[in-house]
This record gives sequence, C-alpha cells and structure tokens, in this order.
Amino acid sequence: MLEKLFLNHYEAAAVILSGIGLTNLLLQRNLIKKIIGLNIMDTAVYLFLAAKGYVEGRAAPILLENGAGGWLRSSALYVNPVPAGLVLTGIVVSVSVTAFALALTLKVYEAYGTLNIDEALLKMTQEQEEIESEIENAEEKVLV
Amino acid sequence: MIDTFAFNIPFASIFIMMISAILTPILPKKNRFPEKFSCYAIGTVAILSAYLLYSLSNSGQSLSFNFAMGHFPAPWGNELRAGPLEAVLSLVFCVAMLLSLTGNFDSTAEDIPTNRRQIFCVLVNLLMASLLALTYTNDLFTAYVFIEINTIAACAIVAVKESPETARAALRYLIMSLVGSGLVMISICLLYGLTGHLLMQNMHGAIQVLVTTKNYLLPLTVSLALITVGLAIKSALYPFAFWLPDAHGSSTNSSSAILSGLVLKGHIFILIKVFYRVFGLDVIHLLKMDTVIFILGVSAMVMGSVHAMKQNNIKKMIAWSSVAQVGYIFLGVGLNTVAGVAAACLHIIIHACVKPMLFTAAGGLSSVAGHKKGLHELMGTFYINRWAGMGLITGACSMMGIPAFAGFASKLSLTLSSFESRFMFWALAALATSSVLNALYYVPAVIVVLTHNKKTVSSSMGEYQPSKLYKFSMFVFLILNFYLGLFCVPLLRLITRGVNVL
Repeated sequence: MLEKLFLNHYEAAAVILSGIGLTNLLLQRNLIKKIIGLNIMDTAVYLFLAAKGYVEGRAAPILLENGAGGWLRSSALYVNPVPAGLVLTGIVVSVSVTAFALALTLKVYEAYGTLNIDEALLKMTQEQEEIESEIENAEEKVLV
Repeated sequence: MIDTFAFNIPFASIFIMMISAILTPILPKKNRFPEKFSCYAIGTVAILSAYLLYSLSNSGQSLSFNFAMGHFPAPWGNELRAGPLEAVLSLVFCVAMLLSLTGNFDSTAEDIPTNRRQIFCVLVNLLMASLLALTYTNDLFTAYVFIEINTIAACAIVAVKESPETARAALRYLIMSLVGSGLVMISICLLYGLTGHLLMQNMHGAIQVLVTTKNYLLPLTVSLALITVGLAIKSALYPFAFWLPDAHGSSTNSSSAILSGLVLKGHIFILIKVFYRVFGLDVIHLLKMDTVIFILGVSAMVMGSVHAMKQNNIKKMIAWSSVAQVGYIFLGVGLNTVAGVAAACLHIIIHACVKPMLFTAAGGLSSVAGHKKGLHELMGTFYINRWAGMGLITGACSMMGIPAFAGFASKLSLTLSSFESRFMFWALAALATSSVLNALYYVPAVIVVLTHNKKTVSSSMGEYQPSKLYKFSMFVFLILNFYLGLFCVPLLRLITRGVNVL
C-alpha cells in the first residue's frame, strides 16, 4: 500500500492538495480564502494531469532534428500533447473564474462592508426586517 | 441520408450564437437593437434546429451522425454528435430562451440600465451557445469547458441586476457551481487517465473492457461518483440545491426564467449523456449509481415542495418548485431504463416550457402590484393583467399534473415507466406525495391572485397594461403548454428513438 503511494507520489500530492482546496472552498467563511481554496483545488488537478502526461525520457511534442537535415518522426520519442493542452485550457478557465469571483466579492464588500459571507447574510436579513417594519409603521399611520 | 445543410447545423448553431455574442457589444444601442439582434439570432438557431429535427426524423435508418471538428479522425479529433433527442432539445431550448426574453422585454428594461443591457445580451448569447454545445458535444473535455462558460454566464445574469442581494446570491451560486465544476474536472481527468480517451464512444469501449476484466473498478466508481455529484450540484439536486432559490428568486425575471428553465437542464442532459454514452446503463447499475440518483431524486421531489410551501415571496416559491421538478427528472434517470430516461427527457422539455411561463407570469403580476413579490400583495392582480394570471393558473395546473396540461404528460410517462422498475412502490409513492404537495402551495397562490380586492384594484394598480409582446409571448407559452399536454405521444416516441440511439 505504502509502496504504491511512494510510486505515485505526484498523484498522492495532487489528491491531498485538492482535498485541502475543496475543504477551504466549502468551509472558509472569508470570501478571499474561499477563492484561494478554489485555486488550490484547480492547481492540484493540473499537477495530476501534468504528472499523468509526463513520460520519463520522452521529449515535448515538437519535432526534433535527426542531425541529417531531417526530422525524428517516431511517436515513441514524444509525450502525448493532450494532457498539456488540457492543463492550458484549465488554467485559462480558472483565471477567468477567479477574476469573476473576485469582482463579485468586491461588490459584496461594497454593499455590506465585510468579507465574511455569514455576516453579509446577517446584515441582509436585518436590512430586510428594518424595511418590513418601516412599511408596517407606515401602514399603521395611514390607518390611524 | 442527411443532406449537407442539415449535417452542418449542430456546428452552425453554436457558431451563430458565439458570433452573435461577439457582435452584440459593438452594435448601436438605439431602440434596444442589441436585444432584438440576439432574439433574431436565437430565432434563427431555433429554425435551424427545427430543420435538423425534421430531416433527422425523416432520415430512416441513420438516425444520428457525428460531425468531426477540424476533420481530424475519431480518436484524436473533437466531435459533435446529433440525433433526434439532441435536435429536439436544442429546439426547445431556443424557443424557451426566446420566449423568456420577449416575454420579459419590459421588465428587463426596468431592472437593468441601458449600458448593462448590452452586456446582458452578450451573456445570454454565450449562455445559449454553451447550452447548445452541451447538448451536441461528443467530447467530455469540451463539455467541461462549456460547463464553465455556462457557469460564468449564468452567475453574471444573476448579478446583472444591480443590488446587494443579487451580488450575494450570484457569489453564492458561483461558489457552489465552482465546487461542482471542480469535481467534474477531477472526474474527467481520472477518466482520461483510466481510459486514455476523451471522446464518449471511445471512453465507453475502454470502460467496457475495464469492467469485463474487473480492473480499476474502484477508481471507476470514484470518478462516476465525482462527476454525478458535480453535475448534481450544478443542476440543483436536493441536498445541493440551497443556492438556487436565492439566485433564481432575486434576479431579474428573464434571468430567473432562463436559469430555471434552461441552465439546469443543460447539466442534466450532460449527466444523461455520461450515464448512457460513457458508462452505459449496465455499468451504472453495476456501480449502483442509479439507486443513489433515484433516492436523491425522490428526496428532492418531497423536500423541494416542503421548502416551497414555507415561502411568501412568489418567485422564491417557484424557484423551490424547480428543485422539486428537477427531482422528477432525476427520478426518471434513476429508474435506469430506456422508458425512464425518455420520460425524464420529456420532463426536461415540459419543464423548460412551463417554468419560464410561470416566472414570466409572476413577473407580470408583481409589476401590476408595484414590483412587490409577497404573495399577499398580489391579491386580485389577475383582474388587471389577465394574461399573466392565465399563465400562473395554467402553469400551476401543469405543475400539479392536471390532465390536459403539460405536466400531466410527463408525470404519466414517469408513472408508466416506473411500473417496470424494481423501485415501483417508492416511485409511485413519491409521485403521489409530490403532486399533493405541489397543489398545497400552488393552489393558495392561484386563490390569492383570483381573490377580488376592491381597494388594491382601484388604487395603484388600475393603470397597468401589459405590452403586446408580453401578451404574444404568454399566448405562445399557453399554446405550447396545451400542445405538450394533449399531443405528447409523438414527441415521446421521438424521444424514445433518440434515447435508443444515444
């Protein structure tokens, strides 16, 4: 069991990291920390993919010269380019999602003056109750 | 055989929506031209999808086809795939999207300032493109990319109405969605590591080999569980649905209609594709995921309605009812038979037509009452905006499953398909309970709206008139509703053919 863990240490690290990221994303109450958790989780997946895509002794998938003016075309010399492509796509996605989440966090901070999502909820319900009580007062005055 | 024009439609419809999303920000803002332009683009795609559906249903033997993007052959290239089910879903998505936009044309203008409306159009176009791509794609990683585009656009159309409440709801929605798409991505990477493929039919072949040789069954179960939970979070299956009422209840009416009617359905359809095309029904049954989905679906049907009963805000009530309706769809998927999945797809279509109608109607009624959304404040609004009132009553009857209304058709087919399942008792019990619970909150809402109230009618509400576009959209919604309720058999036959070739 432990041997396998050491043999696949990249994958093990990726799983641990993604666990850390996921718990941060779910359990942190501070919005910025939540977003950091999201980034840790995404990075863990990229580590996993990059580790899966790497084959010892093979070159990046760009044609190598064979020294006689030609190219080395054997597919056994190169790694599969798809995992790297997936990592790149994933990075683009996570950058845009992070930017959007930060923009929304800024909006929430402007509105409630706090980064804690529970406090924001509390303030929102308090505001609603105040508005409702004002409406009730106004209605009572009209009735009087 | 399919003619060349129809063959190119899956790609063309995604491409048209993408181009339209790029063009909208540079169009002149006068006379709400960008919004009209997006509506025309969506209408074009609807016509194209209808043509695709027509030629697929007339094509005889070859009921589905693969479209190779960039002409790379199968194991390497990226593919789109279209069959009758995909065609009919994209047609319904386009029509529902178009009607949600036209029906709420005025309320969008009230809620969103001019400069933001242009961005709203971009987001709607992107959302439509991603929904079409999710419907047609044959490649899991493409599905992941479009799931993320869908997430960003969906959260942004919540936040586009500027208020603290929507910002908070959108952030909450975004965080839950990101948990979901993170799980989906991990699962796709695991599956890629296990099978070495990203195209669905190649993954299916590799998974069949793994299952018959009994290798790597645990990682396979883990990745199936991760992708199921990830997509369940994004399609608001019950225990993961607490973000939904906030997001759908606080946003502008057209956003609520689009989110409830369409965005949830795109993710459910991807899950159905993963079950059918990647794993296969036998493997799903072997790994016991059908039971999990079934139990969650039943709990959603009951708990969604229980939560809806507690709501006083009409939009939040309708939003919780969406949770219950998503439960119906997952019940059908969990039955794990062709009939069950066909019934689930029928319910996807019917809910995509009924829920936008309910949100449009609720928006029409609350704008009569001065944009108040409390149920007690809507008393007597039926007599001012009769079209909206009709919409609410028809939608409510449909959700309760009264014969001749749309919801009855899907409930009937879900009931019939549950007879051949081993969960028959639980499915029937859940359907019965949930129908009664639906009635318990929709009937009071209808009664409130129909109660004549001289004071409110005479004072502030008197002058309100719904626009012609609103009346027209509501008319089409009502026609669709009765059509689906009365003539669903040919549609169900078409869906069953589509599920069989999925």
